[in-house]
Amino acid sequence: MDWQAFALSLKLATVTTAILLAVAVPLAALLVLGRSRWLAALEALAALPLVLPPTVLGFFLLVLLGPRTAVGRGITSLLGHPLAFSFSGLVVGSVIYSLPFAVQPLVAGFAVVEPALVDAARLLGANPARLVLSLLVPLARRSLLAAAVLSFLHTMGEFGVVLMLGGDIPGATRTLSIVLYNQVENFDYAAANRTAAALLGMSVVALAAIYLGSRPKGGRRA
Amino acid sequence: MLELAIDARRGSFHLQVECRFASDWTVIFGPSGAGKTTLLRLLAGLDAPSRKGPDRARIAFDNRLLTDSPVGLALKPGPRPWERKTSFVTQQPALFPHLTVAANVAYGLPWLGGETESKQAVEAALELVGASSLIDRRPRDLSGGEAQRVALARALAPQPRLLLLDEPFSALDGSASDALLARLQIWLTEHRVQTVLATHDATDALATSAEVALLREGCLAALGSAAEVLVSERRRLLGRLGKG
Repeated sequence: MDWQAFALSLKLATVTTAILLAVAVPLAALLVLGRSRWLAALEALAALPLVLPPTVLGFFLLVLLGPRTAVGRGITSLLGHPLAFSFSGLVVGSVIYSLPFAVQPLVAGFAVVEPALVDAARLLGANPARLVLSLLVPLARRSLLAAAVLSFLHTMGEFGVVLMLGGDIPGATRTLSIVLYNQVENFDYAAANRTAAALLGMSVVALAAIYLGSRPKGGRRA
Repeated sequence: MLELAIDARRGSFHLQVECRFASDWTVIFGPSGAGKTTLLRLLAGLDAPSRKGPDRARIAFDNRLLTDSPVGLALKPGPRPWERKTSFVTQQPALFPHLTVAANVAYGLPWLGGETESKQAVEAALELVGASSLIDRRPRDLSGGEAQRVALARALAPQPRLLLLDEPFSALDGSASDALLARLQIWLTEHRVQTVLATHDATDALATSAEVALLREGCLAALGSAAEVLVSERRRLLGRLGKG
């Protein structure tokens, strides 16, 4: 097992999940509570990474963050180094790539909160932030758990965006999925088996946690 | 005094009301679908007239404009001085299921400041509606009538200036409803809170010495004392009692 890659993947998934929850909670609340027609376009944009091939997304980001665009040049002058082929770049790519996995469960969770409860909170003077934090999030806590776990796992296992945007730099951008790819390419199937088993084990445990958390005490038909 | 001039469409439904509610207690009486809830939601600030189309709404309470759609004014719901200071209790109690009764009633009180002050306001509101014993319970442990009492306490705790009630006692039996109504009327008079109660039940409308607004198919058909406006309903009820 490449522990350096394992630690980097964990760090990437943790940072990405934290950023995603901070972004996805207000975004999902806006999509559910907002009335503007433009929100349909925003929702489509947030769901785009679901259908876009990861390599395509990675390529666009590589070009956008590179020295040929004003955005890329601006970031380079701000940070002193380009975002591409760095851990920070991987975080940006991961946040965009896993955005729908955080937003969609939250939208589903917020949407089933009774409108009468939202009205009651508004009548009692709740501003949008209080409405979200004191009502929507507690009532949709299972969706929040699902969003966190799915974002984490999706980031742990991502390959295309990482390879395109980060390459394969040990300690900086080499994640577990890149290690697995390298091991297979080198015909080191024993090591590949261990790496794949680690990724599989984490996925199973985390998904079991989601389903255990979302299962009613008396069963689904109780 | 509540002054309203509303011309609003919701699909094929057209609400047209222009009047003044001068009494401390006004009952909006009308059959289901007459537009009572639509009117109360506009008064509460939960709905606004559509920006597109011919909708217009001008709502003023004690000479303070709450809504004036032609100039884009719509004060937000809420108990703070810059908000509408209007409470609205609906048939569905809509208690926050993850909070205790005490936390539900305190939800509208953070602007009060001190914890002691907030606690006192919660206890006073629960005592008024006869729900002091429920203070530590969760909404799932309440009966329909208990939940409606708590919802009423939650609406009264922030001390609104205008109270809107949409059939809020439907889950209470007759004597409990009458007793609560009597206590409530005294409290509202003492605290100078103007109240608008919507109901389709003529006995509710006749139980108080209120001003009655008769709403039919979105239009104000009559406004006056209960004895004048509900004369036909009164005869109908007396006739049913006579047959009994």
